[in-house]
Amino acid sequence: MNQANRNDPRYIRLLAGKIAEQARSLGPLTLMHVCGTHEHTIVSSGLRSLLPDTIRLVSGPGCPVCITPKEDIEAMIHLARSGLTVTTFGDMMRIPSDSGSLADAKAEGADVRIVYGIANALSIAQEERREVVHFGIGFETTVPTSSVALASQPDNFSIYSVHRTIPEALDFLLSNSLAVDGFVDPGHVSTIIGSNAYAFISERYGVPQVVAGFEPGDVLLAVLMLLDQRVEGRAEVENEYVRAVRPGGNVKARALIDETFRQVDAKWRALPVIPRSGLAIAPKYREWDAVHRHRDVLESFSYTPREEDSACRCKDILLGACSPQDCPLFRRVCTPDAPVGPCMVSVEGTCYISYKYG
Amino acid sequence: MCLAIPGKIIERDGNEGVVDYDGARIKVRLDLVDADVGDYVIVHTGFAIDTLSEEDALESIELWRQIGELQDESGQSQ
Ligand code: SF4
Repeated sequence: MNQANRNDPRYIRLLAGKIAEQARSLGPLTLMHVCGTHEHTIVSSGLRSLLPDTIRLVSGPGCPVCITPKEDIEAMIHLARSGLTVTTFGDMMRIPSDSGSLADAKAEGADVRIVYGIANALSIAQEERREVVHFGIGFETTVPTSSVALASQPDNFSIYSVHRTIPEALDFLLSNSLAVDGFVDPGHVSTIIGSNAYAFISERYGVPQVVAGFEPGDVLLAVLMLLDQRVEGRAEVENEYVRAVRPGGNVKARALIDETFRQVDAKWRALPVIPRSGLAIAPKYREWDAVHRHRDVLESFSYTPREEDSACRCKDILLGACSPQDCPLFRRVCTPDAPVGPCMVSVEGTCYISYKYG
Repeated sequence: MCLAIPGKIIERDGNEGVVDYDGARIKVRLDLVDADVGDYVIVHTGFAIDTLSEEDALESIELWRQIGELQDESGQSQ
């Protein structure tokens, strides 16, 4: 098939037909992707309606804003209220915690700034000569940008790292017997870590994976490739997004990550601690680690976990166990203007995407 | 969300550059890629994270144009 026709309706129909054909010889299957951009493509192009009833394509914990623990949001609010300048990506601003959101802190007078990338945060530090703490959220696509900032050894700047890694999350889900029959692996995370990074998962659990790009034809082709693997009894990592993803990833970026971060066990919001899924700043760069640099301020911070009492089902949504439509609050009470859970705040959140494009 | 659409580097000064998206120009950092003026890159939160061949890039740009998403750019964290 000519690649240039990837979004041609005829090609899409052809793929849907082949998917239906393969699905007939297979039982019910659950396929999971872990990427807000994939969910966006799937919802805005109505891809789920093209799949047979036996194939569920669910979204997993692929929204970095949604999985950032409340504890860390509260620590950032504490830093901001203590007079430090805090920089954050826009959709982190309104994520609720037990002590409000960063937007609330800003409304009360704290210096919280929205940045488009960490380079903007560095510029603020450089130009204004004030102490800046950047909220370092995101998966492997964003991590090397934090690495560049750390390696530049700025004067009055530090990162509060809540960076998380995807392969460890997939490993965790499967080791906790989440029923997933195939993963659509995230395209841009994979440009950094490479398709080889997922190989251990297929080997360990016998689950097929396909790294996919973001056009509708990419996602459907990835689904078909997963079904082909199931039909043929294979379980390996295949790469649909060859135009951007290499087996070894972005070598330069990976070297920078290794230099500046180290793997640690880490909590994900709504999920438990996932072994080795977090990236803490390496001891060598401790001076730019907000946890170390502002330890005096953080000493007076404490976090008491509270029972979730709302009917918000973000947890199940992050596990692919339910869809926004299954949540009693969706659209009625919970909207992007009045979000109840993080999945409705972030543009990468499954509820937000469903609300806007569903 | 990641910006899946490739852009073309039209200026470079060390690790900083300017990428063109169908006329819209944005500043990018080039620390993470080996790329120069004329190359196509994928940009995430202000950093080029990957290079694409011209053929693949032009094809992607055309496909995104067809589905009308070229304007739907947002720099989120992934
Ligand atoms: S719709 Fe709102 S309340 Fe329901 S799961 Fe999503 S974020 Fe939570």
